[in-house]
Amino acid sequence: MSRLYTQDHEWIDVAGMQATVGITDYAQGQLGDVVFVDLPEAGRAVTKGGEAAVVESVKAASDVYAPVSGTVTESNPALTDDPALVNMAPEGDGWFFKLTLSDASELDGLMDKAAYDAFLASL
Amino acid sequence: MADDANLKTLPLDGLHRRLGARMVAFAGYAMPIQFEGIIAEHLWTREQAGLFDVSHMGQLLVEGDGAADWLESLAPGDFKALQPHRVRYSLLLADNGGILDDLMVTNTGRNFYLVVNGATKHADIAHMEARRPAGITLHHMTDHALLALQGPAAVTVMSRFDLTPETAEQPAFADLKFMAGARWWWNGVLLGITRSGYTGEDGYEISVPSGHAEALAEALLAHEEVKPIGLGARDSLRLEAGLPLYGHDLSPEITPVEADLSFAISKRRKAEGGFPGAARVLDQLFNGAAKKRVGLAVDGRMPAREGATVWSGDRQIGVLTSGGFAPSLGAPIAMAMLETPMAADGTAVEIDVRGKRIAAAVVPMPFKPKNYVREGDKK
Repeated sequence: MSRLYTQDHEWIDVAGMQATVGITDYAQGQLGDVVFVDLPEAGRAVTKGGEAAVVESVKAASDVYAPVSGTVTESNPALTDDPALVNMAPEGDGWFFKLTLSDASELDGLMDKAAYDAFLASL
Repeated sequence: MADDANLKTLPLDGLHRRLGARMVAFAGYAMPIQFEGIIAEHLWTREQAGLFDVSHMGQLLVEGDGAADWLESLAPGDFKALQPHRVRYSLLLADNGGILDDLMVTNTGRNFYLVVNGATKHADIAHMEARRPAGITLHHMTDHALLALQGPAAVTVMSRFDLTPETAEQPAFADLKFMAGARWWWNGVLLGITRSGYTGEDGYEISVPSGHAEALAEALLAHEEVKPIGLGARDSLRLEAGLPLYGHDLSPEITPVEADLSFAISKRRKAEGGFPGAARVLDQLFNGAAKKRVGLAVDGRMPAREGATVWSGDRQIGVLTSGGFAPSLGAPIAMAMLETPMAADGTAVEIDVRGKRIAAAVVPMPFKPKNYVREGDKK
């Protein structure tokens, strides 16, 4: 399994054609206190770069984009009761949704950890 | 954005950055949106005391013979009856009765001290200058910062300060009532202090010469009950307190009656009129207005934001003017401008949030009971 990152601060763990998506620690820090996550239902088709979820902080609503295209298989039920998991464990228990990839070649443009850290340092 | 070269800085800019604030652009200034986090700051203010930098707001002095009469030609307050050292909430009105700004007016005994919103202060000053008669002066106190200390511990904290009254006639600091104010010497600096605020909590707003603002802020923050609070929590606190925010819940398209701020039209002014838009505003006051600002309790946990439409079945009945998560209630709340027949407490409505219909109900404001006592309030 490998973890890749987008310039919109989503992460994606990939194992074969199955993947898990969340937002990075940097992203949760920018958002501040998360109070609700509007998650995609299982079966929904998402497209790379398209809106997949909405994360609500006290201050504002922010779109979360699909790092790759695919079909959502599950969203994180723990976020319904405890949206603050996104702040406490953004790159672990605070994952957003799982999906089945429709085109694994879309992963090619994403960043690895070293590239993402360099990207953050450039902001 | 906060590093935008066009942004102006305020006297506490360096202190905010040293304290780890996240700075954003607001009203043309770089200002702190949060320090440790909006929810923590919000709850701290409700339980202890929060220090807010509101130096972006406009501080104005109106002085001269007939100053009260002139203010009464601009706003519907009874300024002729406003006693020295008392503060009133009022509204700057356009000729059609629309709200140009909301403001606080203090009779200092020498002149009137006004605090207006930061985003509207330059337009307010232009509006007032265009109507200013000879013999009245309007002074913009650009050399003063404004701090707010808000929360149940604010009185205890301020009681530890060595304050010397400016005059023998003014109220003793310990006896200062809510919506009253005067000036006190502190460390050789004259502070204008009103017991007032915008959080639903007890507390003070303190006008301080800019060069002494940081020393005052540091002196306040030295008390363990006091933490710095950003604009994010200021917004969530005022929303829970049911207090409208200009540019969102109030605008030139909205009259005082529609805004449910009729209390700001003094009794004598209701009888006599003579303020901008009086014919229209008094007609609404006595015969009803078509729309009204209300509070909404929102079902579930998903916040509904400003601009979301409000529905009764297939019919749109209004729009949210503010909305978000209420940290002290643990639930989403909102303010909306609704058709008056749908504005009664308990009315069930729906809010459209990204195509989903969310159930909500009209509820009385404040959402969170206020935590201060006005003179005349039942204890």
